[in-house]
Amino acid sequence: MLFIAILLVFAIRYLRKVLPPKALGRNWDFYLLAGNVAAITFFVAYFIFNQLDLLFALLCYIMVGILIYRVFVIPEWRIARPMTYSILPLAIAMMAADITQAFAFSFYESAKMYFDIAFAFGVVWAFILGIIFRNQNKALETEKQKLEEKEREIAASEKVKAMLEGQVAERTTELTRQKEELQKALEELKAAQTQLIHAEKMASLGELTAGIAHEIQNPLNFVNNFSDVSKELLDEMKEAMEKGETEEAKKIMQDVIDNLEKINHHGKRADAIVKGMLQHSRTSTGQKELTDINALCDEYLRLAYHGLRAKDKSFNSKYKTEFDESIPKLNIVPQDIGRVILNMLNNAFYAVSERSKAEKAAVNEKMKTSGENYQPSVILQTRNLKNEVEISIMDNGNGIPENIREKIFQPFFTTKPTGKGTGLGLSLSYDIIKAHGGEIRINSVPGESTTFKITLPYN
Amino acid sequence: MKILVVDDEQDIRFLFEQKFRREIKSGTVNFSFAYSGHEALEYLHENSQKAVLILSDINMPGMSGLELLKKIREEKPAPPPVVMMITAYGDQQNRESAMMLGADDFLTKPLDFSQLKEKLNKMV
Repeated sequence: MLFIAILLVFAIRYLRKVLPPKALGRNWDFYLLAGNVAAITFFVAYFIFNQLDLLFALLCYIMVGILIYRVFVIPEWRIARPMTYSILPLAIAMMAADITQAFAFSFYESAKMYFDIAFAFGVVWAFILGIIFRNQNKALETEKQKLEEKEREIAASEKVKAMLEGQVAERTTELTRQKEELQKALEELKAAQTQLIHAEKMASLGELTAGIAHEIQNPLNFVNNFSDVSKELLDEMKEAMEKGETEEAKKIMQDVIDNLEKINHHGKRADAIVKGMLQHSRTSTGQKELTDINALCDEYLRLAYHGLRAKDKSFNSKYKTEFDESIPKLNIVPQDIGRVILNMLNNAFYAVSERSKAEKAAVNEKMKTSGENYQPSVILQTRNLKNEVEISIMDNGNGIPENIREKIFQPFFTTKPTGKGTGLGLSLSYDIIKAHGGEIRINSVPGESTTFKITLPYN
Repeated sequence: MKILVVDDEQDIRFLFEQKFRREIKSGTVNFSFAYSGHEALEYLHENSQKAVLILSDINMPGMSGLELLKKIREEKPAPPPVVMMITAYGDQQNRESAMMLGADDFLTKPLDFSQLKEKLNKMV
């Protein structure tokens, strides 16, 4: 009967050790503690009184039974099952022996050997299974530790992952912020660019204004003063007529007529300047259309030549066209490109005309023999290059001195005498060609020739 | 009074001749014209009868009026002529440049002939 008390103590200690507090609950923790105390008391009492009451033994058996029952029924207690398997045969053997000993002593005496064998078998069973389960537990414990280690590693990697995700989120926020800043900077740059373009236009307008002031004030000087003096002259004419001085009156009248012609001339000069300025400042609204470059060149060549002939009867020059018929139609603003060609041709004819005058003057001064007659000539050529068309305007005029080549595209720069050119032609041409994605190049030998090459891309 | 007018605008001659027709007729003034800075210098070198007054435009092709003024002041002809600059650019910078180079007066285009006549009367 002593053994069941030892078994109970062992079972209670084991359960309190292996069962988690949550599985036990507050009540069962107390019951087990109380059972433990009872079993130890029972154990101690046995050593003091050297006798055991059957009731106490039964109590122990009932308690062991309840514990075994709970282990098999309560899911949270299932962890203690292996150990229960190991002690169950021993508990049954002990119970059978104790009950038989208490209620059928003679039978017990006769079958004591079998009870002892059963007890021994229970002990061996409990011992072997105990070792097996212990080893299994150890292995399980190791596995558990490994699992925990792995979990810790996973937790650590989760932590790293979370940290990385945090960093990524932070970096993303930073990048978004930088992107927004760049976007803002880009917008600011665009605004600045617009402002610069505007400023450039205004600066250009400022330059124009200075030029215009001069160009307009000069004709205005004549318009104002010739009209003023004409009024005075008319008063004088009136006086002369009243006095009957007809000849004097006629003379004055002729002066007034001359003055009116001059007023008209200088008025038109101012008008041309204003028109040129307007053309220069105008943003092209012209529509691009497929244009035959050769036909356009031919049209403006005639316009330029006959225009100059109409103005100046003494003007004469040879001209020649060399058109490349393989040039496809180009998508351009024909009026604008026409204006460029016209301007360049006017310049070319002006250059040959000036040289012609100079050569004639030299001949007249007998500086040259009549055999070295100068032949003014302008050649208009088109060429189909790989991706672009090239329009060349060649003249054998006076050429452009090296030092002014960079200036000729500036607004109001002109080498022509006052009143002959506004200085806007080449500046305007440059803007038009740039707007078409093309280029203008100059090749000039001072005193011999000038070639303007305009290239326009096919696309 | 001998006056040399320097301007690249050819019509300036007719304008002066008409505006000063009475003075020219009476012989109080005598105008000569040069159409560039070089022509003006040539005139000054060649004519023994020196101009008392030079009226010069500033913006001229080749030698500008300011260059001409500088040359005149460097050459120091005796007696030193009075030089009046005439220009369409009436800005302060041009005025200062002209005065620094030794201009005696500065007139702007369109020319106010009554003002010019007043100045000449004062000189006479």
